[in-house]
Amino acid sequence: MYKIYSINGPVIKIKGSTDFKIMEMVFVGTNKLMGEVISVSKDFTVIQVYESTTGLKPGEPVENSGEPISLSLGPGLIGNIFDGIQRPLTDIANASGNYISPGTTASPLDLEKEWEVRFTVEKGETLQPGDVFATINETDLVIHKLMAPYNLRGQVTEVKPNGKYRIKDIIISVKDDKGDVHKLDMVQKWPIKTPRPFIGRKPMSIPLISGQRVIDTLFPIAKGGTAAVPGGFGTGKTMMQHQFAKWCDADIIVYIGCGERGNEMTQTLEEFKELIDPKSNKPLIDRTILIANTSNMPVAAREASIYTGITLAEYYRDMGYHVAVMADSTSRWAEALREISGRLEEMPAEEGFPAYLPSRLSQFYERAGFVETLNHLEGSVSIIGAISPQGADFSEPVTQNTKRFVRCFWALDKELAYTRHYSAINWNQSYSEYINDLSKWYNKNVGVSFLHHRQLFIYLLSEENKLMEIVKLIGKDVLPDDQKLILEISRVIRVGYLQQNAFHKDDTYVPLNKQLKMMEIIMYLYRVSQEVIRQGKAFSLLLNTNLFEKVIKIKYDIPNDKLEMFDDYYKMIDDAMNKIL
Amino acid sequence: MDLQYIGLRRINGPLVFVENVKDIGFEEVVEIKLNNGDTRHGRVVEIQEELAAVLVFEGTQGLSLNNTTVKFLGHPMQIGLSEEVLGRMFNGLGKPIDGLGSIYVEKYLDINGLPLNPVSRKYPRNYISTGISSIDGLTTLIRGQKLPIFSGAGLPHNELAVQIVRQAQIAEFQGEKFGVVFAAMGVKNDVADYFKRSFEEAGVLEKVVMFLNLSNDPIIERLITPRAALTTAEYLAYVHDMHILVVLTDMTSYCEALREFSSSKGEIPGRKGFPGYLYSDLASLYERAGIVQNSNGSVTQIPILTMPNDDITHPIPDLTGYITEGQIVLSRDLHQKGVYPPIGVLPSLSRLMKDGIGEGYTRADHQDLMNQLYASYARVMDARSLASVIGEDELGPIDKKYIQFGNLFEKYYLSQSMTRSRTIIETLDLGWDLLSVLPKSELDRVNQELLDKYYDQDKASKDFSIDDRIQIIDIGKEANK
Ligand SMILES: Nc1ncnc2c1ncn2[C@@H]1O[C@H](COP(=O)(O)OP(=O)(O)OP(=O)(O)O)[C@@H](O)[C@H]1O
Ligand SMILES: [Mg+2]
Repeated sequence: MYKIYSINGPVIKIKGSTDFKIMEMVFVGTNKLMGEVISVSKDFTVIQVYESTTGLKPGEPVENSGEPISLSLGPGLIGNIFDGIQRPLTDIANASGNYISPGTTASPLDLEKEWEVRFTVEKGETLQPGDVFATINETDLVIHKLMAPYNLRGQVTEVKPNGKYRIKDIIISVKDDKGDVHKLDMVQKWPIKTPRPFIGRKPMSIPLISGQRVIDTLFPIAKGGTAAVPGGFGTGKTMMQHQFAKWCDADIIVYIGCGERGNEMTQTLEEFKELIDPKSNKPLIDRTILIANTSNMPVAAREASIYTGITLAEYYRDMGYHVAVMADSTSRWAEALREISGRLEEMPAEEGFPAYLPSRLSQFYERAGFVETLNHLEGSVSIIGAISPQGADFSEPVTQNTKRFVRCFWALDKELAYTRHYSAINWNQSYSEYINDLSKWYNKNVGVSFLHHRQLFIYLLSEENKLMEIVKLIGKDVLPDDQKLILEISRVIRVGYLQQNAFHKDDTYVPLNKQLKMMEIIMYLYRVSQEVIRQGKAFSLLLNTNLFEKVIKIKYDIPNDKLEMFDDYYKMIDDAMNKIL
Repeated sequence: MDLQYIGLRRINGPLVFVENVKDIGFEEVVEIKLNNGDTRHGRVVEIQEELAAVLVFEGTQGLSLNNTTVKFLGHPMQIGLSEEVLGRMFNGLGKPIDGLGSIYVEKYLDINGLPLNPVSRKYPRNYISTGISSIDGLTTLIRGQKLPIFSGAGLPHNELAVQIVRQAQIAEFQGEKFGVVFAAMGVKNDVADYFKRSFEEAGVLEKVVMFLNLSNDPIIERLITPRAALTTAEYLAYVHDMHILVVLTDMTSYCEALREFSSSKGEIPGRKGFPGYLYSDLASLYERAGIVQNSNGSVTQIPILTMPNDDITHPIPDLTGYITEGQIVLSRDLHQKGVYPPIGVLPSLSRLMKDGIGEGYTRADHQDLMNQLYASYARVMDARSLASVIGEDELGPIDKKYIQFGNLFEKYYLSQSMTRSRTIIETLDLGWDLLSVLPKSELDRVNQELLDKYYDQDKASKDFSIDDRIQIIDIGKEANK
C-alpha cells in the first residue's frame, strides 16, 4: 500500500515508490478521490487530485489502478451533463443533494436503462476494427452505432436477437485470429488523452454553418476546422459559443464549460431542453452533451474536462457524424496548468505558464479534423475555443500560442461591445484561412455572387476604416458626397448586417439564402445611390428617402421564411430613386 | 484529536511550521495558545509528512519558537449559525464583537462551502428594482446575480451600495423575507460606521449581519471574512428561505491579503505579484451567489472593489469581471462633473438582465430601448472627441444633436438624488423622452413598432421638454408623499 507523504492544494506526493505510471489514474485517501499521476521520480510520485483535498491527511492510502483516466463510451451520453471526469451531474444531485462532495461516485451511463438494439451483422460475418454491429435510437435525433473496438478483428460467433438490452449485457461474441472469443457489451473504455484512430484526414471543404452572418459571410469555419474566440470579459465569447451550439449545422454538439460560471451551464441545460431545432423540430438537448467543470469546482479537473469533451466528440465522429466542440474557456485550462506547474515548482516560461503550454494547445487542436473513419464513413470534429486574455490584451501567451494552431480567429472587441454592437467581432483583426477551401462549396450551394458580395463588403469596410481616420480629425460634413455614401453604406453593413441580435426570434439565426439576399439588396442600394450622386444630386436627398434605415431593419422586418418580401424593397428603392432623378 | 504540540519549528511571515504532527488534515483549523494567555487561530495550508505549515489569521507578531501550544481541532474552519445572527456584528472570523454575547448555534457549517452542482441551480430571472435609473434601465440587477461595483478611491461606491440596499428592500422585498449580509475587509472604521448608520436609518438593522475586518484588524483574517459572510448568507437563504443581499467591500483589500499570504508561502507570483490562482480563489467566493432548487431564498452579491489607479485591466477588476455576471463601473469623469451616481454607462453591463426584462418582467420595449441608449451614448463620445478637435461650433447638425442628447442624458437620466427612487416605468419613459432629442432616423436599434409607439415627434422638436417631464415626475412624487 502507498501512503500520502505531503499535501499542497490539489497536488499530493508519495515518497519512494517506483510503481506508478505517468498519467495513471489513482484513488487518493480513504474517500478514494480521483487523481492522476503527473510526474514520477525515484524520490517522489506526484499526483494531481481532481477533487477537493480538504481534510486529507498524510499517511492515508493511495491506490493505483494500472489504467489511464478513461471514459465509458456507449448509449446514454447524449442529453446528459457530466463533470470534468464524466460523473453524471443529474444523478449526483439526485443521490447527494445540491453540493458535490469529494469522493462522490456514480456510473457515467445508466446501467438499468433498456435500449432497443438492432443488429446490423449476422453470425459468421467478419468484423473489422470500427465496424458497426448494431444501432440504437439514442435520442430522437441521434442513432447510436455500436462499433467493434479498434484492436479487434474477427468473426461473429454469436449475436443476440434484436430487442431490449442494458448496456452491460453481452450482446455479441467475436472470435479473433488467435481463436480468442471476445464478448462485447455496449460500452467501450477510452483513455481521454489518446486520440481515437481513423483511416486518414480529408480536405476540409464544407463550412460549418452557424446562421451568424459575420461568421458565415466573412470568417467561416470548415467542418473539421478550428477557431479561437478571444475577448475581454463581457465581449460575447459565451454568447457566440451558445449561438453555435444552438444553431450550427453539426449533428452533435459537445459543450465544455471549463472553469466558467455555474449559471451559464444551468441556463444551457434549461434552454436546450426547451429550444427546438428548426431542422428536426426536436429539442436541441437531443443532440447535445454538456461537460461542466465550473470555476468553483476543483482546478485540476479543468484539464480533464477538455480531454473528456474532445474524446466524446471523437467517439461520435467515428460513427460518421459531424461534431462541433465548444470549449469555454481554454484560458481557464491553461491557468490550471500554470497553477499545478507552480505547485510543482517547475521552471516557468512566459507569464508563469509552463513551457509545455504550446504543445498542450497544439495537441488539443490537432484532434479536430475531417476524417475517413475506421468504418469508412466521413466524420468531423470542429473545435471552437474561447480565450479569456488577461486585461483583454491579445499579446498574452494563451492567445498568441493558440493563434499558431487554429485557422479561424474571431477577435472580440471591447469597444464594439461597449456600444452594444454584437457579435462584437472586429472585422479588421479577425480572419478565416478556410475561405479558399470553402469557395467551391459556396459557389455551388449558395451561388457565385455570395463570395463576390463578401469581397465587396470587405472592400467597403476597409474604405470606411480609412475615411474614419479623416473624419476623426475634421468631421464628416466636409467629405465629398461619394465618400459620404461609402460611410453611409458601411453603416448599413455594420448595423444592418454584421450586427446580429441573439435575442431576436428571426435575427438569432439567419439562413445563407437570406444572408445573400441581404447582401444583394445592400449592394443594390449602394449602386443606385452612386448613380444618383454621379448625376450631381445632393446627398441629403438620398438620406431623406429613409431607405438606408429601412434596409438596416430588413433583418427584423423580413422573416426568414418570407424572402419574397425582398421584392418590395427593390421596388421601394426604385420608386424612391426615380423620384429623385 | 486533542493532541497539543508545544513549540514551533519555524515562523515565516504569517506562517508557522509545527513538527512531529500526527493525523492532521489539510486545511484543518488550529488554535494557538500563547504563554501570556492569548489565543490565535490558524489553518493548515500545507503538510509534508509530520510537518504542517499553519497560516495564522491574527498574524505572528509576538510568537516565538517556544512560547506557544498548538492544538489541531480536527475539522476545517466552521461557523456556528442560527437565525439569531440577524442584527448582530462579528469580527472577520465570525466571533461576536457587539458585546451581546455568543449566539445560540443551530448548525455548524464549513466556511469554504462545497461546489454547487450546476443542475441544482435555478437560473435567476427576477429583477430587483433598485429605483436607480442607470441600474434598472441599463444594467438591471437580478435576484441571485453577482454584480460588482468597480470603483476608484474617492468615488461614492458606498453611497451607491447603501442606496441600492435601501431602495431594493422597499420596492422588491415586501412580503418576503429579506436580509443583508455585510462584510467589510480592510475598510476604515468610518466606512463601517457609515454602513451601520445607514442600515439603521433605513430601518433594516435587525435584518443585517455584519462581519467587520477593518483596516487596523489582522490582514490575514481577511481571507476568512468573505467566506464566513457567504456561509451565513447561504444558510439564511437556503435554510430560512430569505432573499439575501451580500455586500462585500473592499475586494481589493481581500486580494492584497491573498497576495501577502501567497508570497509568504514562497509561491511563484503571477501578474502584479498576485498568485496564479487568484481567478479560482475569487471564483470560489463569487460563485456562491445564486438560487438553488428546492429553496425559496436567494443570494445576490454586490462586491465592491477599488481599481488601483482606476485601471480596469488591473488583475483584480479584470479577473472579477471574468467571473461575475456583469459589472457596474463608476466613472471619475462623471463624478467630477457632479453626476451622482457616476455610473460609467459604456463599460457597465448586466449579463443576466436579458432574461429578466421585457414583456412580463419590466416592459416590452426595455431591451431595444437599452440598446439604443447605449449606442446613442457611444455616439455622444465620438461627437465629443470630434468637438475637442474641431470645436463644437464646427460640428455637423447631427453631431450637435448628439452632444445635446449626451448632456441631457447625464443630467437627467444618470443623475439622481440619493433619496430618490424611480419606478421602472418612470425610468423607461425617461429614456424615450431623451431619445426624442435625436432624429428618428438615428434610432437604428429599435424596432419600428416600438418606435411608432414610444417615439414622440413633438418632443423631438422641443429641446426643453425633458426638463418639463422630469419636473412633472418629481412634483408628482412630492405630491404623493
Ligand atoms: N450576439 C449577441 N446579441 C445580443 N447580446 C449579446 C450578444 N453577444 C453578447 N451579448 C451581450 O453581452 C453579454 C456578455 O456576453 P458573454 O457572457 O458571452 O461574454 P463573455 O465574453 O463570455 O464574457 P466572460 O469572459 O466574462 O465569460 C451578454 O450577457 C449579452 O448581454
Ligand atoms: Mg463567458
